[in-house]
Amino acid sequence: MIIAILGATRGMGRALARAAAARGDQLILLGRELDELQRSAADLTVRAAGAPAVASISCDLATPAGFGPALDAAWAVHGRVDAVVVTAGLFGTQDALEADLELAARLLTINLTHTVIFCEEARRRLIAQGGGRLCVFSSVAGDRGRKPVGIYGASKAGLSHYLESLDHKYRADGLITLTVKPGFVKTGMTAGLKPPPFAGEPDGVARDVLRALDAGRPVLYTPAMWGLVMAVIRRLPRFIMRRVGF
Amino acid sequence: MSPAPAPAPAAAPLGPPLQTLAGWGRVGRPGRERLSEDLAAIAPRAALSRGLGRSYGDSSLPASTADLALNTVLADRLLAFDETSGKVRAEAGFTMRELYRVFLPRGWFAPVTPGTSFVTLGGMVASDVHGKNHHSDGTFGRHVTGLRLMVPDGRVIDCSPQTEPELFWATIGGMGLTGHILEVEFTLKRVPSPWIYQYSERVPDIDTFMRRLEEVGHDWPMSMGWIDCISRGASMGRGHLMAGRWAAPSEAPARFPRQLPRLRLPFELPDLALSPLSVRLFNFAYYWKHLRRQAQGIVHPEVFFYPLDAILDWNKGYGKRGFTQYQVVLPKADAARSAKAFLELLTREGGASFLCVIKDCADEGQGLLSFPLPGISVALDIKITDQTQRLVDRLNQFVISAGGRIYLTKDLFTRPEDYRAMDPRVDHFLAVRRKWDPDLRLRSAQSVRLFGDPPPAA
Repeated sequence: MIIAILGATRGMGRALARAAAARGDQLILLGRELDELQRSAADLTVRAAGAPAVASISCDLATPAGFGPALDAAWAVHGRVDAVVVTAGLFGTQDALEADLELAARLLTINLTHTVIFCEEARRRLIAQGGGRLCVFSSVAGDRGRKPVGIYGASKAGLSHYLESLDHKYRADGLITLTVKPGFVKTGMTAGLKPPPFAGEPDGVARDVLRALDAGRPVLYTPAMWGLVMAVIRRLPRFIMRRVGF
Repeated sequence: MSPAPAPAPAAAPLGPPLQTLAGWGRVGRPGRERLSEDLAAIAPRAALSRGLGRSYGDSSLPASTADLALNTVLADRLLAFDETSGKVRAEAGFTMRELYRVFLPRGWFAPVTPGTSFVTLGGMVASDVHGKNHHSDGTFGRHVTGLRLMVPDGRVIDCSPQTEPELFWATIGGMGLTGHILEVEFTLKRVPSPWIYQYSERVPDIDTFMRRLEEVGHDWPMSMGWIDCISRGASMGRGHLMAGRWAAPSEAPARFPRQLPRLRLPFELPDLALSPLSVRLFNFAYYWKHLRRQAQGIVHPEVFFYPLDAILDWNKGYGKRGFTQYQVVLPKADAARSAKAFLELLTREGGASFLCVIKDCADEGQGLLSFPLPGISVALDIKITDQTQRLVDRLNQFVISAGGRIYLTKDLFTRPEDYRAMDPRVDHFLAVRRKWDPDLRLRSAQSVRLFGDPPPAA
């Protein structure tokens, strides 16, 4: 599979890129800093001995004007792209976001508006070539309005909503959309937060995502236990949600 | 059960929340730690870097709650590898575990590995680790061809034995005090197969042990011994001698060694688990496990190099108060006599230990503070009790008189005056460190304890 990943230099994106490279997928890395991309490309090439070269294309989620050209460049590498993956995004604790509205605005813009626009650009190209896969990392935080993830969760709720609609609308045209909803995963993004039970590791998430991508599933909770956890939380009555800390 | 991301109390402006940080001996202290893929972004604010926390004592712990520790484990990318020379370059958080997984199947291995694979390259450099092949290949530092450091004033410096050699050799074994290690370049070694051919024998006493270690070292590139450090009298210092080499393809299985199962110790063992009686029983049983006097054959590389990695958190076995490891090297000239005297002192002082490891060391490394010197190294785990400080003090007095030195990476109890007495090289090291860090911005709990760094403000 030819996979273009936005956000492969860190965290779950890094783990996903390694897992994909290890099984022989051809990778195109998109991200903000070219130097960082090239270091990750080197890592992938050294790890998967004899693997094909990994391409690096600069693309910043903060600058929507660059999305189209970056995706064109990604398509130019091999003439087609089988899957576009977005793992990039911002995170902030609720306290930090409430205290800094500029940061909140930036997070909402990047995680929702700009990610949707990027997906729109990817969608057009994937459908135009006759189909393909779009895999975007949302979050379990978007499943329900909750105290500790109000603003971040809102950005992911909007994103999940949009991705679901894509799946409904375009699956018949060959666009298979996968919404990934990671639970708590131990990465640099969550460093400093106390891991809850069922906290996941990036490598496990990567394996789950590749499997779901191959199977054409529309939604993936990972680690799997989070599907169950969220099923309960979605059904909890409001008077309980008001009282509990999550 | 709290769903994700479920932030704990918000990260204060000054950084990550306070938590208990501990070395492998599990003696914790409050500190702040930040993990990041981008070491260079955090390093300017950090007082020291740490990796997987396998140093036993306080080498990787911040000196105060105001000091930030930069944890490197997320910075784990391989940056370059040359298939012909074996030269490899990686970020400081790349681990021995990954090195084994990525390179051993391709016929390459680390030139030197410590006794656990759960170490980062940064830690291997900072401790200038040695392994079973010290008598033939020296310490890890000998194989390092370049380092990228962020020195305390914020500059990024590439150093090597040719460029900025003084900074380079101060950093090899420099306990992370000369700068934040960002990248490490070193040379892998080609191996004929991923399996080990091991020779082992039961050794009846310490004199035989010393003689046999020396003899075996001529024929085998790797060797070490386990000593029953309970037995006294004629059988004092009895144990098993193990030697090994990489197996030739013709004698090894054709397949790659299967990943061994890993166990977890789900809780701390009660103090009873390591009572003097159980240690005695273990040592007795383990000694006689080697029923035949000699044995040889193919063994799994993980069993040979990392026997203790099979239990992921075996350090919990030492209970709530934790443990310390005492590792010493005694000079060759008088090694046989002083090793014997050391064991006598140890048994007299009641330093019962589950694990007592002996290894002959060859040349002293070029690192200004590298641990090994030509002679014999003895390492033992000591469960911490009220007597531990006294025991370490006594052992240290002996080591000073014997002209030996301790391994900083293991240490938690040595007094500064004792350390200075056993390792006069420290003045040179501190002078070089001052050159790059006049304000001593980089420091650890250990550097405050042992090197006389100004005590922390907070």
